[in-house]
Amino acid sequence: MTATETKYETVIGLEVHVELHTKSKIFCGCATSFGAPPNTHTCPVCLGHPGVLPVLNRQAVEYAMKAAMALNCEIAEHTKFDRKNYFYPDSPKAYQISQYDKPIGARGYIDIEVNGETKRIGITRVHLEEDAGKLTHVDGGSVSLVDLNRCGTPLIEIVSEPDLRSPEEARLYLEKLRAIMLYCDVSDVKMEEGSLRCDANISLRPRGQQEFGTKTELKNMNSFRGVQKGLEYEEWRQADVLDSGGRIVQETRRWDEAQGKTISMRSKEEAHDYRYFPDPDLVSLHTDKAWTDRVKAGIPELPDARKARYTSEYGLPGYDAEVITASKKLADLFEDSLKSTKDAKAVSNWIMGDLLGYLNANNLELDDVKLSGAALGAMIGLIEQGTISNKIAKTVFKTMLETGKSPQQIVEEQGLVQISDEGAIKEVVARIVANNPQSVADYKAGKEKAIGFLVGQVMKETKGKANPGLVNQLLIEVLKAQ
Amino acid sequence: MSISKQDVEHVANLARLELTDAEKEQFAEQLSAILKYAEQLSELNTDGIEPTSHPMPLLNVMREDEARPSWPLEEVLKNAPDEEDGQFKVPAVLE
Repeated sequence: MTATETKYETVIGLEVHVELHTKSKIFCGCATSFGAPPNTHTCPVCLGHPGVLPVLNRQAVEYAMKAAMALNCEIAEHTKFDRKNYFYPDSPKAYQISQYDKPIGARGYIDIEVNGETKRIGITRVHLEEDAGKLTHVDGGSVSLVDLNRCGTPLIEIVSEPDLRSPEEARLYLEKLRAIMLYCDVSDVKMEEGSLRCDANISLRPRGQQEFGTKTELKNMNSFRGVQKGLEYEEWRQADVLDSGGRIVQETRRWDEAQGKTISMRSKEEAHDYRYFPDPDLVSLHTDKAWTDRVKAGIPELPDARKARYTSEYGLPGYDAEVITASKKLADLFEDSLKSTKDAKAVSNWIMGDLLGYLNANNLELDDVKLSGAALGAMIGLIEQGTISNKIAKTVFKTMLETGKSPQQIVEEQGLVQISDEGAIKEVVARIVANNPQSVADYKAGKEKAIGFLVGQVMKETKGKANPGLVNQLLIEVLKAQ
Repeated sequence: MSISKQDVEHVANLARLELTDAEKEQFAEQLSAILKYAEQLSELNTDGIEPTSHPMPLLNVMREDEARPSWPLEEVLKNAPDEEDGQFKVPAVLE
């Protein structure tokens, strides 16, 4: 990759498709839920039978407007739907209803954080369209099975400007885009379920050159990591071609995760001729200020604004604020917790450490665990009051995640209240000192570390419930007195 | 504007139509005549007039986002050329 870094500049633009989570399809009343038996969510409209008429779903339009506004786009006052004509078995009408020259949103941007600096990535357009069906190739690839459940699910396509300069920037852009969609609550944006899909255009040019190099289009990157990996491979491949005096062929390439490389799909020399024209079955769509204002009012505080507030209002480090605001649910949890405790940094530490650690280790989402902000705040309160030690809190926290019980209940049921009674601890300390003459001698001989062992023994004896500060203090007193 | 035989071949190819040579000649002629007729419109001065996408004075026809029952699977697959496991079975078209 070093050759790339020095000789060439990478130019990337992304085309992202986001499925809008309406209850029904964009042009008919079939349900949109994921995972239903094949073709059970279809009707004459989405099957493309002759003589049927599409009727636009108002919610799909409003979600598209909301998403476009959250991406800082201008909303078109006059917009319409066009037919994009192509033959493929995933599209029974032989055209896709999309938007060609009048997208619902245009000229927006997203800010991303690259090496501590804010970089603005332009968004060319956001348009509304319908999704296609799903094909499964069987019998050695000679036959396709067609499931049209997904056909007619509302989608927005978000096209970025070629402003991204590295695969890492592409991933950061995609992550920010996903967070914004989640905040707006217009989509589940799950790459693994296909509700967020990403294609990329990538080219290299010698550093300092204005003109873009020949690009390739990259498909089939099914995870955030896959997007970065696929682009990294393609960056390396193009640099290698250029270095050996070759030229880049404009083509579509497929990222093969298993093989870790991109493979040519077809030549784009003969560009697709989609023969777009206005769909005569759908009338024009006009938006006025009253409508856009009403939709805009439904956009919550977005990640960037929230992040800025967390650093200024709660004094969180930028990194903490970034991680927590990347997910709306996490940010909501953070704020709910602060209704029960004032220690924002402690809340952040528990979220970023024990909570995310637990979720990652068990491959879970926040929704899969039963944690409320009130419970997390209350637990931190118990530590502040000295009822439980930080160490015991880790056990309590894990039990909270697994059972959804309140920290107070867990502490009570398992008898985890911290022992801060000096007399009780002193008794144990005396016993441990008497039973470990070697460690005591070591400590006396100047091996300060020997005290760690003794503290450990006291904690073991009290099942971790002794107040560690007090144990340390009492041990030193007893050892000094000897 | 006149339509050449190559234009007809291109459009026929996009529409997956197989035409004989005689048909290509015939359609080139007929399509040219149709376009020529429509070309009369360009004699009009359309400065400052928005392109028309729909002739009806209708705007913003929408329905509420409510799911209603889909078709029974037997009905859905009734016209399928072939089926397997509740899906349409078609020759693979690999792009």
